Amino acid sequence: MNALPLILTVFVACAVEAIEALTIVLAAGLTRQWKSTFQGMAVALVVLAIITAAIGPAISYLPLTALRLVIGALLAIFGLQWLRKAVLRATGFKALHDEASAYLREVAAAEAAPVQAKRGVSDWYAFTLAFKGVLLEGLEVVFIVITFGDNQRDLGAAVIGAAIAIVVITLAGIAVRAPLAKVPENWMKFAVGIMLTSFGTFWGAEGAGVAWPGNDAALLVLVPVVAIVSAACIFWIRSRTTAAAPAAAAEPQSSTEVLG
Amino acid sequence: MNRIKAFGAFWYDFVIGDDWHVAAIVVAALALTAILTHAAGVNAWWLLPLCVFAALGWSLHRATAGKG
Repeated sequence: MNALPLILTVFVACAVEAIEALTIVLAAGLTRQWKSTFQGMAVALVVLAIITAAIGPAISYLPLTALRLVIGALLAIFGLQWLRKAVLRATGFKALHDEASAYLREVAAAEAAPVQAKRGVSDWYAFTLAFKGVLLEGLEVVFIVITFGDNQRDLGAAVIGAAIAIVVITLAGIAVRAPLAKVPENWMKFAVGIMLTSFGTFWGAEGAGVAWPGNDAALLVLVPVVAIVSAACIFWIRSRTTAAAPAAAAEPQSSTEVLG
Repeated sequence: MNRIKAFGAFWYDFVIGDDWHVAAIVVAALALTAILTHAAGVNAWWLLPLCVFAALGWSLHRATAGKG
């Protein structure tokens, strides 16, 4: 398979995670103390590097069929989670993930917490907030990079996609010094859910022993079909909601928000 | 003990998420695909996509039924 779809898929998926990590880091740094925030980020990055160094090579030694079966199942489950949430958000059954309000919540909590020095860190709250945010979102990045990279036997392309995403989001965060609220995050999550589900289904079935008609070209059909079915789910739920409660029809979010 | 529980809860949420039925359907579909392919000699490439769409639709139906 061409490396470009792989790079683009990893880029969008990792950009979503980087935006969420950036929101937490900005809340910690701007309201508390940058030094402790950077310390928390640095320790989280070291932990992530250790996890990657431990898991990455171990996965590479697995036979490709077993790898595709396990990783395909995980990706399909992971992708369906993302799709489910994106569809629920697009139809108003779940609140849109608003980075601006998430940022305000983190800021309010950060301002209320007392300053406490601990284990050589001058502001323990800022440290732990940045550490947890970067570690949790970073774990998802590592998962996406390793699974996509190993399955396509092109870890380099996956790393490039993730690195570009992290650099772009970091530079944007430095430029605006505010959460990236204008980014259509649900649309991005919807797109990532489609890609994860499609790749997971493709690799999982291959790992189970099937031969896809057209081999890798089947992905060119599978991705649009997953997208169409997912979009159809949005319209199905919206039409059902409208039929059940005409008065509440104006409440749900417009499906155009997620479909661009 | 609480830390072990929290660790387990984190990984459960990370991998399985809000609806465990989705994960169960995907795993069952993969097992059935493997059985059909290897034991019955059927190239069941269509089975997993169908089950994935069914899992999504069913999970969304469960999440939204009666809440409109």
